[in-house]
Amino acid sequence: MAGTKDPVLKIEGLSKSFQDVDVLMDIDLAIDEGAFLVLVGPSGCGKSTLLNCIAGLEEPSAGRIQIGGRDMTAVAPKDRDIAMVFQSYALYPRMTVAKNITFGMQVRGASRAEQREALDQVASMLQIDHLLDRRPAQLSGGQRQRVAMGRALVREPKLFLFDEPLSNLDAKLRVEMRAEIKRLHQRLDATIVYVTHDQTEAMSLATEVAVMEAGVIAQRGPPQEVYDYPVNTFVAGFIGSPAMNFIEGCIRTGDGAVEIEIALDGATAALPAQHYPFAGGATDGAEVIVGIRPEYVAGSDRSSDGPAVVLELVPTLVETNGFDQHVNLALGRGEIGGRFSPRERITIGTPLRTRIDLSQMSVFDRESGRRL
Amino acid sequence: MALRGLLYLLLVVFVAYYMLPLFVMAITSLKTLDEIRAGSLMSLPESASLTSWSTAWGSACAGILCEGLQPFFWNSVKMVVPAVLLSTFLGAVNGYALSHWRFRGANLIFALMLFGCFIPFQVVLLPMARTLGMLGLAGSLSGLVLVHVVYGLGFTTLFFRNFYVTVPVELVKAAKIDGAGFFTIFFRIFLPLSPPIIVVTVIWQFTQIWNDFLFGVSFSQAGTQPITVALNNIVNATTGVKEYNVDMAAAIIAGLPTLIVYVLAGKYFIRGLTAGSVKG
Repeated sequence: MAGTKDPVLKIEGLSKSFQDVDVLMDIDLAIDEGAFLVLVGPSGCGKSTLLNCIAGLEEPSAGRIQIGGRDMTAVAPKDRDIAMVFQSYALYPRMTVAKNITFGMQVRGASRAEQREALDQVASMLQIDHLLDRRPAQLSGGQRQRVAMGRALVREPKLFLFDEPLSNLDAKLRVEMRAEIKRLHQRLDATIVYVTHDQTEAMSLATEVAVMEAGVIAQRGPPQEVYDYPVNTFVAGFIGSPAMNFIEGCIRTGDGAVEIEIALDGATAALPAQHYPFAGGATDGAEVIVGIRPEYVAGSDRSSDGPAVVLELVPTLVETNGFDQHVNLALGRGEIGGRFSPRERITIGTPLRTRIDLSQMSVFDRESGRRL
Repeated sequence: MALRGLLYLLLVVFVAYYMLPLFVMAITSLKTLDEIRAGSLMSLPESASLTSWSTAWGSACAGILCEGLQPFFWNSVKMVVPAVLLSTFLGAVNGYALSHWRFRGANLIFALMLFGCFIPFQVVLLPMARTLGMLGLAGSLSGLVLVHVVYGLGFTTLFFRNFYVTVPVELVKAAKIDGAGFFTIFFRIFLPLSPPIIVVTVIWQFTQIWNDFLFGVSFSQAGTQPITVALNNIVNATTGVKEYNVDMAAAIIAGLPTLIVYVLAGKYFIRGLTAGSVKG
């Protein structure tokens, strides 16, 4: 029944509501073996509820969940062949690390020898051998995180579920553990569904990202694709840090050229958009939002082929981080952010020649926010 | 410095105020009857005599039975121990279910249990008597145990529920995924966390049940009366000379177990609290 072509996880028409509130609406999702799917979105978008439904900790209001080709919609969490790592680690406080890791095996009736073997293997993989006799309270945050992962690994499940596992760690440790999770994924070829609100984490870990907004999956795809071709202004604004610049404009299609007219201080500028692959063609007069990532807003010395526009913009704020300068520039009534070379001399209030590279721009419908 | 001195003075006054009755009881119990009649209330006994204690324990007359407090003391023990254990255990299970296995109507049930805490003893006397009669437990120690368990459930459930709501939900989720069921999670994960609240509950229940007089006098009969009822019968005996020294000794004996529980378990109580305060 469970052929190799079956997706490890398949969700069809999943909905969940609490009383009158729809938390998840008609979610469809399928992932293959070895995938690292990151569910990312702002708090309250339903990503954790979706994960809990997959785990069987919440009962969906409608829809079906298959794991490893078997319908698991009504199956208890313990029989779903999953393991889960929680944000608070959820280590059993009165058990030693070893007991924490083998608790599941013990409940399922594995022999002592089996437990011992699995424990040793996982402990050496995660380098927690020396901690096995300690209690969770005696461990640091990073160590607890490892133990929580050990508890999941020892199960050898079809599907790993991670619920914001790094959110309680400090910034440095978070980056370390992130790399470790990624390495673990590569080594074990495990299938993982990972929930986070941190888009950086999503981008760096995922083989596939699903951006969630208000109970639906707004966009799903490889991280680079989601980054380069966001389907709407929500995804565009959520993915990427610093955030994408949004500039309001109007499409002009005179003389066979396609341009987007934007308002400057008392004047207008035209952004060439001939190259942009409008999904439904360009309509003259259509009100749009142009999305340009800060890394495409740079000093005029940086040149490349392709469509671009050079404007004189007034800097209002400069933040330096060593490898570049992040500059806010006044544009029309708003501001845009750009990334300039650290060698460039920038003075607040003095107009700066700014080159805006349009080769990777996105154009959205102003009313619906959808990509054109 | 003056303030500190004043503070200590005030404390000493309060200590004296609270300890004086116990002091008077203790010295009176050690005096002979002649001494009591002759001396003042506060005078120390000339020679401490324990005869009134042995009388109170072994031969004072409670009603028609002149065997002292001893048989009634054991009645109380036989009533208190199972009642405390049962009500504490059931309260723990209730509190665990109400805090981590939210079911439809859980809040209503909890509210009703809380309400049960505020029903005065007197109100339930008659219905309880009927119930015990129908169950065939009227006048028996098991009947008294049942009454105290039922009456204590509201409190014990409240204690445990409020303790368990501080346990992260994710702990239960993790255990469910690990394959543990309702009772496995309770016994393996929640009970090991519970010593501090168990001690609190046991102290509370032991004191309540040991000191109870109304249920004891209402639902017992000759042979099953708890110590509080016997104490009353000894002290309120209307025949013969009033033996104040025996009365005082009997009262101290009747109150001693709760004191001992406080002294012993209070230490573990503090210890449990500090052990639980370590994060993790």
